Amino acid sequence: MAQGVWTVAEQREGEIRKITYEVVSEGRRLADALGQSLTVVLLGNGIKDKAAALAQYGADKVLVAEDQRLETYTTDAYTAVVAQLVKAEEPAMLLMGASVQGKDLSSRVAARLDVAVAQDCTAFAVEDGNLVATRPIYAGKAYAQVTFEQSWPQMATARPNVMSVNEPDASRTAEVVDAQFQLDDGELKTKVVEAIKDASGKIDLTEADKIVSGGRGMKGPENYAILEELAQVIGASVGASRSAVDAGWRSHTDQVGQTGKVVSPNLYIACGISGAIQHLAGMGTSKVIVAINKDPDAPIFQKADYGVVGDLFDVVPALTEEIKKMI
Amino acid sequence: MNIIVCLKQVPDTETQIKIAADGKGIVTDDIKWVMNPYDEFGVEEALKLKEKFGGEVTVVGLGPKRVTESIRTALAMGADKGVLVVDDALQGSDSLGVAKALAAAIKDMPHDLIFAGQRAVDEDLGVVGAFLAEFLGIPHVALAVKVEVAEDGKSAKVHRPVEGQTLVVETPFPALITTQKGLNEPRYASLPGIMKAKKKPLAEKSLADLGLDPAGFGESARKLKIVKLTPPPERKAGKIVEGETPAEKAAALAKLLRDEAKVI
Repeated sequence: MAQGVWTVAEQREGEIRKITYEVVSEGRRLADALGQSLTVVLLGNGIKDKAAALAQYGADKVLVAEDQRLETYTTDAYTAVVAQLVKAEEPAMLLMGASVQGKDLSSRVAARLDVAVAQDCTAFAVEDGNLVATRPIYAGKAYAQVTFEQSWPQMATARPNVMSVNEPDASRTAEVVDAQFQLDDGELKTKVVEAIKDASGKIDLTEADKIVSGGRGMKGPENYAILEELAQVIGASVGASRSAVDAGWRSHTDQVGQTGKVVSPNLYIACGISGAIQHLAGMGTSKVIVAINKDPDAPIFQKADYGVVGDLFDVVPALTEEIKKMI
Repeated sequence: MNIIVCLKQVPDTETQIKIAADGKGIVTDDIKWVMNPYDEFGVEEALKLKEKFGGEVTVVGLGPKRVTESIRTALAMGADKGVLVVDDALQGSDSLGVAKALAAAIKDMPHDLIFAGQRAVDEDLGVVGAFLAEFLGIPHVALAVKVEVAEDGKSAKVHRPVEGQTLVVETPFPALITTQKGLNEPRYASLPGIMKAKKKPLAEKSLADLGLDPAGFGESARKLKIVKLTPPPERKAGKIVEGETPAEKAAALAKLLRDEAKVI
């Protein structure tokens, strides 16, 4: 009988990523609801010392898979190891973050185990011992509640920045176990030949706590400087609407919306964005939405918690100055 | 080089979603169906590689008869032939079912490279590409923004943004690559292209043609079960921040963000 909740930790260059703590915290809540234990699988090379931190957020057991070939994430190697560990111990639930890595790994592992996976969920619950996941579909134009049929482990990924993180408890400890696995070089077909760091060092939109976004009302690429300045002051990343990206003003990686990134920051400031349905869908799970737009009839005002009707070229720099005074 | 592009037909992104009476699907009347926007990047990339390396581009779709229109669109853009996996028993299949049927259709077609959109803008699961690659036993590289195929046409270096960095992943062929915005600018179908597309081969395959048992597909075989759909949580229009001048409005907003919303 499948038993226990598992989560897979995510590390980069040996550092645990924030999404891991979100998923471990959520895993703890589910394990408590089931009256079962929480195991965190930690893959990497020379990574075992990170197990203590995972315990503080709620892990009962940390299963550590160490190998030079697991130092950097590759789909082939991580899938092989996670699928083997799951087959050997048969957990009831397997959770990961809906990060780029988590979505990639969870899909491949699900296929290898021939089970379903609910991606990019915003809420989890346990009903009759089964996982019920809520996930936005059509980029948030509707929400689907899903569950599993003849599918173990019940697999899902959690959208970054949505689920709350436990207060770390320094007195908590976990059993740390070396995972047993086989890794065959013949299976490792792809390799990472280069990692190009984003020079700006900014946090990716999908994980950003605050986003300042600009649309067609920005009038040109040079004007994004005023958004960059506000973003700098409040610690935000800069996003863009599809029209701004299609005009070539901003990189496609900045696009928020149904054909871009779906984001869920604590604060989303939309500047000169009218609010096309595709854009509203992509940022609708933001906790606080601010709209700054000249047009009082812009649809964005119907979604915004705070609306400022005015010229963004006057309002945004003034807002930056006001916030500088406050902090 | 033989390239396969998988495509899905989805509601146009302009569509307002209405939940059906049974609470488990959406109202599909009056929906304008289009090729999934992420799949268009796959069609374009395949055509560019064909222009450079020669070979053939085959478009594979799955779904009801209307999906033929999206396959014809890809043929009008320049793909050589199309295959539609169509069977009443497929109706209501989940991603596992879809990927298994696609794998059965593709496994006997020559393929060096397969493209699939990184996700479809309807169910937003983003798993079919990886599922298909696993069922075919080939590597996949997700979220490509650049594909550099080696001169010998036997491997590629794929650039993929991963939060805060771009990884360059080398993969041997055959491989599956999922596509996203930034990879290219999909071309429009030209009028001569549209005329030519009408004469290009478009085969239909049923589950029986693919040697598959219908019992493994459709609603009853779903492993991911939809309990219900609900509209997104209502978001009411909030406060309009008052003030005589932009500076006053900005000051009032800053104060609200700090004291009321507590996000600054």
